[in-house]
Amino acid sequence: MTMPPENGPGFLKREAVPVLLFALLALVPFVAALGAESYLLSLVTRVMIFAIAALSLDLILGYGALVSFGHAAFLGLGGYAVGILSAHGQTDALVQLPVALAVSALFALITGALSLRTKGVYFIMITLAFGQMAFFLAVSLAAYGGDDGMTLPGRSKLFGMDLIKNDRAFYYAVLLALLGAYGLCRSIVVSRFGRVIRGARENPQRMAAIGFPLFRYQLVGYVIAGTLCGLAGFLLANQAEFVSPAYMTWQRSGELIVMVVLGGLGTLHGAIIGAAAFLLLEEWLSGFTEHWKMIFGPFLVLVVLFARGGLMGAIRRIGGGGGHG
Amino acid sequence: MSMTLLYVQTLNGLQLGVLLFLIAAGLTLVFGVMDFINLAHGVQYMIGAYLAAMFTALTGNFFYGLALALPSALAFGLLLEFLIFRHLYDRDHLDQVLATFGIILFLNQAVKVIWGAAPLSVPIPEALSGSIRLMDGLLYPVYRLAIIGSGLAIAVLLGILVSRTRIGMLVRAGASNAPMVSALGVDIGKLFMVVFGFGAMLAGFAGAMVAPILSVEPGMGDNLLILTFVVIVIGGIGSVRGAFIAAILVGLVDTLGRVFGPQVLRALMDPSAASQAGRALAPMLTYILMAAILFFRPGGLFPAKK
Repeated sequence: MTMPPENGPGFLKREAVPVLLFALLALVPFVAALGAESYLLSLVTRVMIFAIAALSLDLILGYGALVSFGHAAFLGLGGYAVGILSAHGQTDALVQLPVALAVSALFALITGALSLRTKGVYFIMITLAFGQMAFFLAVSLAAYGGDDGMTLPGRSKLFGMDLIKNDRAFYYAVLLALLGAYGLCRSIVVSRFGRVIRGARENPQRMAAIGFPLFRYQLVGYVIAGTLCGLAGFLLANQAEFVSPAYMTWQRSGELIVMVVLGGLGTLHGAIIGAAAFLLLEEWLSGFTEHWKMIFGPFLVLVVLFARGGLMGAIRRIGGGGGHG
Repeated sequence: MSMTLLYVQTLNGLQLGVLLFLIAAGLTLVFGVMDFINLAHGVQYMIGAYLAAMFTALTGNFFYGLALALPSALAFGLLLEFLIFRHLYDRDHLDQVLATFGIILFLNQAVKVIWGAAPLSVPIPEALSGSIRLMDGLLYPVYRLAIIGSGLAIAVLLGILVSRTRIGMLVRAGASNAPMVSALGVDIGKLFMVVFGFGAMLAGFAGAMVAPILSVEPGMGDNLLILTFVVIVIGGIGSVRGAFIAAILVGLVDTLGRVFGPQVLRALMDPSAASQAGRALAPMLTYILMAAILFFRPGGLFPAKK
């Protein structure tokens, strides 16, 4: 697979969609100020948080073909790190965030080391099992709300100050996190490491024969993805000011996969578009009817049957141009 | 007292195991023969329960209800196969996960629209009500024994069907090498349909049987589905025998772990910590079991593919 040079004349053309996307996101607060500000801000903030989660999943699912069906566990781990630390009076993000990331990374390291020994369907199932384990662990935490979850005393502080208490400030903080996550993923994908991961997707035997220890590469990829999703969990807990086991149900893991595939696998910005499409569609359809899932379910089936490559694939087909590998 | 509890819980575990087997048998074959990952298998179980509840209410008799629910569940499974699943067999696993996830969303909501969000209850049939005295101080509900009995009977029948008949032979051959079976002139599409319909009916039967003892509600199949996946992965995908052994194992581990896990821990640590840790560990036990088995035998206990 050949990649265009990173900073050639094709750069703007290749990055047109993401640049447009981030420009739009940066403008949202100004539009929101015209009316329904808090509703719009919180909706788009939520979209961006799930976009980070979807982005992290795209890294291993889209580029590594590792169908992880337990990715929502990391959302929960990041969220519970905030919840549990707040319950013990530790509300500073400078403590909460590193803990959230470390816990997610550790969980990814252990479960990834076990899961990556298996292939195909077995990998899907074992990641699902680990996701369920994390879910039941959260349910059993009676001291932290058990089934019902726990309400946070407020958003995290930074150096003891309420920097992200304001919705608009929080919005930009999340946008910054999304931009950082996107940049990180993009640079991983074009790096040598990213190419090995993609090589493993295309032809694992050949990659192994060339001499790459694929297990180690995939494990590192899995840990990066898990840690990044932990960041999304940290932000989600702050946005909702609430954490519960519902963060990590297997259905939520399924939804994350839906977002990635809806946007288009292995494109990164597709994951952002997919997350936005999923959540906005949910919001829009549920405005019509409480039975929005009866519309969304068949829509999903139709996308799988007829629209290969997801929404980004459709955009690419219409635009007629080449896309990202 | 403690021995009685052990017996009762063992029977409960057996009942859960039998139930899991009924769902897992179809799933493992669909998985093994067609290499098709069907998340919507759990909703077949739910549909079976709803059909049984509806027909029982219509006819006023559970057995008539059951007799009507089975062919309906079969028909519904075949309809889904015809409309959607057969277009997914040659897709990759990710597409299959997505499409069947969409079907779950749709059907869970559809039963809510048709039968309401409130749980339905089905009365236990007169002939199977009450409890039976198995030994001194051990009373056990007849209906639960009936579930165990019918489940075991189906397991035996299925075992004979798979190992002694021509169609069973084709199914086994399909599980170990489907393209070869197709190359030898067997209509693999028809074989898939038979296997799929039969699996859907078995899951529907499981749902119908538990309708009188569990509440029939939307999403009732979702969590059981995950346990069923654990079962077929432990048993080895495509193996009915493996599914049976794994189902009983998971049923017993899950049930006994929840009851006795905290008690065992209490001997090791102080009571409050033990009950806390026990509550956390017990539901995780089956998943730990699965991870351990996959660690040592990545293909499950009885892999169908060599």
